Amino acid sequence: MPARERKLLQGNQACVHGAIYAGMRFFAGYPITPSTEVAEMSARLLPRIGGRFIQMEDEIGSIAAVVGASISGLKSMTATSGPGYSLMLENIGYAYMTETPCVIVNVQRGGPSTGLPTKVSQSDTMQARYGPHGDYCAIAVAPSTVADTVTETIRAFNLAERFRTPVTVLLDEVIAHSRELIYLPEEGELEIYNRVKPTASPEEFEAFALTPNGVSPMPSYGEGYRYNVTGLTHDTHGFTTNRVDEIPVKLEKLRHKIADYTDEIEKIRVEHMDDAEVAIIAYGSAARAALQATDIARKVGAKVGAVQLYSIWPFPDAKLKELCGRCKKVIVAELNMGQLITEIERIMPDKQITTLQRYDGEILTPLQVVKKIEEVL
Amino acid sequence: MAAKLLDKVEIPKDRYEMRLSGSGGQGMILAAVIMSEAIGGADERNVVQSQSYGPEARGGASKADVVVSENEIYYPKAMNLDLLLAMTQESLDSYYPNLKEGGTLIIDTTLVTDVPTDNYFGLPFTQLAREKVGIIMVANVIALAAIAELTGVVTREALTKAVLGRAPRGTEDKNRKALEIGFEEAAKIKK
Repeated sequence: MPARERKLLQGNQACVHGAIYAGMRFFAGYPITPSTEVAEMSARLLPRIGGRFIQMEDEIGSIAAVVGASISGLKSMTATSGPGYSLMLENIGYAYMTETPCVIVNVQRGGPSTGLPTKVSQSDTMQARYGPHGDYCAIAVAPSTVADTVTETIRAFNLAERFRTPVTVLLDEVIAHSRELIYLPEEGELEIYNRVKPTASPEEFEAFALTPNGVSPMPSYGEGYRYNVTGLTHDTHGFTTNRVDEIPVKLEKLRHKIADYTDEIEKIRVEHMDDAEVAIIAYGSAARAALQATDIARKVGAKVGAVQLYSIWPFPDAKLKELCGRCKKVIVAELNMGQLITEIERIMPDKQITTLQRYDGEILTPLQVVKKIEEVL
Repeated sequence: MAAKLLDKVEIPKDRYEMRLSGSGGQGMILAAVIMSEAIGGADERNVVQSQSYGPEARGGASKADVVVSENEIYYPKAMNLDLLLAMTQESLDSYYPNLKEGGTLIIDTTLVTDVPTDNYFGLPFTQLAREKVGIIMVANVIALAAIAELTGVVTREALTKAVLGRAPRGTEDKNRKALEIGFEEAAKIKK
């Protein structure tokens, strides 16, 4: 077998390779730093494989096009950064309500508002969970390397298709713009999930049918299945309802189809946690500083471990608690003024929790993390 | 634990950190990309390449970093430079403090006049490019060849392959020439 060649790719470019591997055939977006290379690479690669790229008039149009394309049967994605993600929220909510699979890449930069276009941040952590109004379960995955960005983008598409829901890929400027040498997955190497199609006849078809796992089979527009798509709360046929017996059914469907299957979503990496007295919890590029600091501190005998979250929503309550079981002290390292930490405080009220924040537009350094370990130990 | 952890820790020795610096337009980012691809084409070492990104990248000192390791690279940015290439005085002044003790300093003597140490390699990259190749643009390629020759971070063959892989059609000969000059001139000053 000939040796596989590694490619030197930026995180943003790797994201597109992952998306296409997962089956993306439609991208609509509006360029914004630091996400623009995702659009550029999509524009270059999609036409070669019969896909479509469209630059829309703004972010609102972009996510609208993505939702429409997905209902028409194409795996679809958009990419943006904080300000654009804010604009997309209304239609992301529409995707939650209409149960439309799609992937939204948010390459985080400093905010609020236009904030820091070229600087790294993780200040959209909570926005990815609570951005759109209403009750729903959000899914967000969080790569930390260029290689991760390929696999996590693939995972985002698989989860979107599996759960019929929008999925956010939370990237940040550092991962997006760093280049790393990676192997792209070969055909057939990774599993790809495609949405379940209806087997009922068009006459018997019930668009939002209640199924054992809460996910209704989804036809594509043009396949002969007629149904109503609305952001208004609807019954199992997709028609608007105000009935007190039907409203909770829809809302519980949205929640339980995801909340009851979190083991399919949660992904956590642990390093040196076996005998750790202090755990550093982080995701994205902050996790790379945490892993480096753990490695450095371990070499001089500090009993410290690193816990990296690859999926932050739904928050992995039970699994994370179990992994941090024995250690009494926790450091939460993040590039914001303390967002992830609120979840950790919620699930581990018995532990001594310390925050390590950086919000000046730069990535945490390993020595900053080591200094915090020193304070806590 | 007594507050002595910071005093004891060491920057990991399994990382080799390079910074290629100059001013915007000197091709430092491209040089860092080529260096990364050369390493990728040669063996299984890992590479993370990053650059200053943002308003500061326009004019002033611009930099591109390459971190190399046989192991997983956790932290993507440079922590303590093993090698600094400075193509301008301003970039040398900006980044010399980041070079670790005993690190390799390589400067373009065409544009750098004031060096804060005696322990460095100096070659007139820009002048060589202009006078021996005829285009100033290949100064970065000459510098890459010198880095390869002086540090052994990558072989001549791997670097040549990577440079030619990126060279626009019709510029192969000039790039080959630039590499030759870089290898030869560096060999002369190698200690």
